[in-house]
Amino acid sequence: MKLSREDVLHISTLCRMSMSNAELERFQEQISNILENFEILKEVDTTNVPPTAYPPPLENVIREDKVAPCLPQSDILANAPHQEEGYFRVKAVLD
Amino acid sequence: MNLYDLTIHQSHELLKNGEVSSTELTRAVLERISKVEEKLHAIVTVTEELALRQAQQADERIRSGDSTPLTGIPALIKDNMCTRGIRTTCASRMLENFVPPYNATVVEKLGDAGVVIVGKGNMDEFAMGSSNEHSAFFVTHNPWDLGSVPGGSSGGPAAAVAAGEAIYALGSDTGGSIRQPAGFCSIVGLKPTYGRVSRYGLVAFASSLDQIGPMTKDVTDSALVMNVIAGYDHRDSTSVNYPVPDYTKALSSDLNGLKLGIPREYFVEGMQKGVEEVMRTAIAKLEDLGATVDWEASLPSTRYALAAYYIIAPSEAMANLARYDGVKYGYSYDGENMWDDMEKTRQFGFGPEVKRRIILGTYALSAGYYDAYYLKAQKVRTLIMQEFQQAFEHYDALITPTSPTVPFKIGQKVDDPLQMYLSDVCTLPINIGGIPGLVVPAGFCDGLPVGMQILGKPFSEETLLRIGYAYEQATDWGQQRPPILERQNDAS
Repeated sequence: MKLSREDVLHISTLCRMSMSNAELERFQEQISNILENFEILKEVDTTNVPPTAYPPPLENVIREDKVAPCLPQSDILANAPHQEEGYFRVKAVLD
Repeated sequence: MNLYDLTIHQSHELLKNGEVSSTELTRAVLERISKVEEKLHAIVTVTEELALRQAQQADERIRSGDSTPLTGIPALIKDNMCTRGIRTTCASRMLENFVPPYNATVVEKLGDAGVVIVGKGNMDEFAMGSSNEHSAFFVTHNPWDLGSVPGGSSGGPAAAVAAGEAIYALGSDTGGSIRQPAGFCSIVGLKPTYGRVSRYGLVAFASSLDQIGPMTKDVTDSALVMNVIAGYDHRDSTSVNYPVPDYTKALSSDLNGLKLGIPREYFVEGMQKGVEEVMRTAIAKLEDLGATVDWEASLPSTRYALAAYYIIAPSEAMANLARYDGVKYGYSYDGENMWDDMEKTRQFGFGPEVKRRIILGTYALSAGYYDAYYLKAQKVRTLIMQEFQQAFEHYDALITPTSPTVPFKIGQKVDDPLQMYLSDVCTLPINIGGIPGLVVPAGFCDGLPVGMQILGKPFSEETLLRIGYAYEQATDWGQQRPPILERQNDAS
């Protein structure tokens, strides 16, 4: 599977990670090469084989609905790049 | 013998009998760090003050007769496990200044046992890599040959333990990140069964594959650390509620009655001749010790494991790493608007390998490709797991090499991602299967270490430790320490 420049730009938008032109070219070539090697999976007959997401056979892990202590707000905000009045601060989402 | 070369159980004997104090032991390790770290670059943050304070507390605890086998013994924690109040970077610019407000469950458990934390170990950024060359800060060197890689992603912990910068370490393993560096640095590394050790507070890479485990100088130490870190944790919803045995009880010096399989697919094309020779000698030794060996074991889907892994792991990684948006913590770019901030935060905060995997994972999960890549890989995962299950109906354990080659040179594979991925070809099927894998030193090829990998069915860590222990007692590979460092120190 060869990725086009537009493919990589589209992915870049999907994962919200901008790229320089040099990165774009490098990733286009490298990811194409990797995907070509993954074509080997087409050989495998997976008819009627169910997918596995996690190894242990756990289902519906739930906890009791009771109040437990949590970290103080100040501890959580201590790593925030920008904060204001107890909130994380970001630039306007809508113009 | 130097104090820093001691194992956990040797240290514990000396501490318990009052022959050495934790403070003395800790100072010896810290001095060792200051002597060799400039050559190794194995540690991101050295926590000297904390270590000496914990050592003092441990000494009081030992005097009061309330010590555990880990009390007062210096450990290195891989820098992707949260340590309250201690910078936890994942060797990434993104988290360069991140100070967690809480401890990972494993750190909490070691704390209860009286750990002395000497620092946080270097790694490939966000645990993505097989050589430690993807650390955003510096490359860790292999203590057996400073021009070679220590393996990855837990290369810092592996190099540190081999060189005496810690008595033991905790690593994490998503596709071989404990076992491959353990093999490359000639120490013991255990990736436990998925769900055996809590992942709470481990910075997530690929949530269905990640597992924390011990990196130690011998098998007894591995059992001692497992006794502390294994067990159910309600804060990790994938943690399995299964009884924790005393793993040291499993250690015995013969292998009578054990049936071992050698899966032929693991003796891959392109495997280094010397590595294969070391493996054949090691397997013959297991036979001498009483095991029955079948060279005809087969796991045919192994050849698809690499592709399945490098679709599943990046897909999970791209979802897990979506949280790094410059808002709540970590690096934050100040751009023109909200989207510009986020997109450039990720452009400048992540290194090349992390970006490659985010792109690969995003592509594999995107509309139109999900079925062909991600769903297909998950189905292949089922087949790989079924083959392991069938194999363990016949064998108590499987024996394989840890990596097709000895440690490679720094710079050799860093620009060729596919070649780098191939160095995990013997370790990553184990994460896909969710089974445990133990690596023990098995000898040397051209002066560089070779590790033997022992695999078992889920929750068979005791069998793996038994095999590793018997082999270790019958050989002296694990007792050898890298001499190169002393030679180079003498010369300087």
